[in-house]
Amino acid sequence: MKKNVLEFLEETAVSYPDRCVYSDPERTYTFTEAVRTARAIGSRIGSLKASGRPVAVFMEKSASMAVAILGVLYGGCCYCPIDTSMPEQRIRTILSVLDPVAMVTEQDSRYLAEHFDLKCPVWDFDELSGMPEDTELLARIRNGLSEMDPLYILFTSGSTGVPKGVAGCHRMILNNLCWLEKEFPYEPEDVLGSQVPFHFVISLHDIFVPLRFGCSTFVIPQEYFSSPARLVNCLNSNRITSIFWVPSALTVVSRLNGFDTQLPAFLRYIFFIGEVMPVRYLNYWRRYLPDARYVNMYGSTETHVSMFFELCRDFADDERLPIGRACGNVKAVILDDGGRPVEPGEETEGELYIGGAALSLGYYKDPEKTKDRFICLKTASSEQERFYRTGDIASYDSDGNIVYHGRKDFQIKRMGYRIELGEIEAAAALIPEISECVCVYDEDRQMILMLYTAAEKIDSKTVSSGISTRIPRYMMPNRYIYLEQMPKNANGKADRRGLKELYARSGNRQT
Amino acid sequence: MDELLEILNDINPDADYETNEHLVDDEILTSFELVMLVTQIRDVLDVSIPSEAIIPENFNSVKAMMRLIGRLKEDE
Repeated sequence: MKKNVLEFLEETAVSYPDRCVYSDPERTYTFTEAVRTARAIGSRIGSLKASGRPVAVFMEKSASMAVAILGVLYGGCCYCPIDTSMPEQRIRTILSVLDPVAMVTEQDSRYLAEHFDLKCPVWDFDELSGMPEDTELLARIRNGLSEMDPLYILFTSGSTGVPKGVAGCHRMILNNLCWLEKEFPYEPEDVLGSQVPFHFVISLHDIFVPLRFGCSTFVIPQEYFSSPARLVNCLNSNRITSIFWVPSALTVVSRLNGFDTQLPAFLRYIFFIGEVMPVRYLNYWRRYLPDARYVNMYGSTETHVSMFFELCRDFADDERLPIGRACGNVKAVILDDGGRPVEPGEETEGELYIGGAALSLGYYKDPEKTKDRFICLKTASSEQERFYRTGDIASYDSDGNIVYHGRKDFQIKRMGYRIELGEIEAAAALIPEISECVCVYDEDRQMILMLYTAAEKIDSKTVSSGISTRIPRYMMPNRYIYLEQMPKNANGKADRRGLKELYARSGNRQT
Repeated sequence: MDELLEILNDINPDADYETNEHLVDDEILTSFELVMLVTQIRDVLDVSIPSEAIIPENFNSVKAMMRLIGRLKEDE
């Protein structure tokens, strides 16, 4: 049994030394090159003697960034990708929680990194790549590691305004790779087309699958998604056989009639995860590519990929796809309002809990939040088993598959990003003129609406520029609506449902 | 022009549409927002944009978008 994902890399590099593992339009790494570069990086990081601690990877998504991540793992540390396009204030907040032992940058991000006054070393990727390998040190580090050691820390939106860091371990990805081998095996000839940023948990698939199967990952530049013809051409010219995208990315192709001029010729696996896939847009793909295998995945940063549903029949445009059943060594349980487990065959809705080998370690440096979301349940096999309380409402369908119905809280998914509306509200609360602020999401139009009251009326530009220094671009509201008074519900809280209805009644126009 | 600006302001109210000529290249309009824009142009302005015309050059500025819309209307 493997304890560290790098063991797969080393085995595969012996079998396929000259095959490509990662590429992008600028650069290609063979397995041999990736191992050599990552071991050089790992030797420098390992010299810090900081096993288990985080290293920030502050680079643009690229083949080199994937190799940098492997380097961090060789050094015995866990990686934390920091999105270089985030507002400086948010990066500072993340870095203050993370307290990294080192940061890996590249030429373009080095200058930005210098602003953060980090106490840890900041090393350039190219500089690290040329370091001598310390074989003895790397062996010593590896001997001291277990499958429960941290692999990543990924930051997601936090409802209080502070992003929360989820710490995942090697076991999560090791188990997932073993499960993939049984359900959706890859061949060395396969090429994965990577769409999601490396700070999304599903990027683990793109980064680590080649290590197990000897296939490769091509990093698709984000701008290709702005031109469907160019995107399809990229899929074909790189002979991409598998994609693991957010539904919004698949929808780009459907809504812009991306298959008008050319069809992807090699795709055989089409996985999607991260938000509800609108079936009518998926049916566009299925009409043009009927032989590919389509799989609706379910997971979260806290549980990686934990459930799946492979489409084995036609679905009508207005049907909802199930999230299916748990992946191997993963447990999915629905508890009703009274905490009683819902059994297959019952129609009762309840909250979904995920346990087993997909479970992460918890929230980094936040034992309170970890205790709140990672709880122990009594199961048939154990008196006390750890589960993640997802906040997702679910039920069983007549086939015994689990179906997702919505959230218990104010978390939304927009363009594949997980957003706590509370984080936007917390950013607005820091604008002195704003008295009260509530954000609601118009799902049909995929628009975030911010409704606010202020001591004196302030215009939307002032509000938007005030929050833009604290929240990333994908969280920015589409509409800013000034209200003289905030409608309240019976509990004296802002009436979110009422606000949504008020907005709908006003013809979706600014009030 | 006003209708197009209204659509753009709905999608991203924080951009300067008067002067910016790199809306897509600078990711002021992301790929996902481009989808919203193209579908809104179809629904509100009744102009269907073929997939081969969905390239950054045609959406980098309001002027470029107006030129594209004008061209497509002429072709109808």
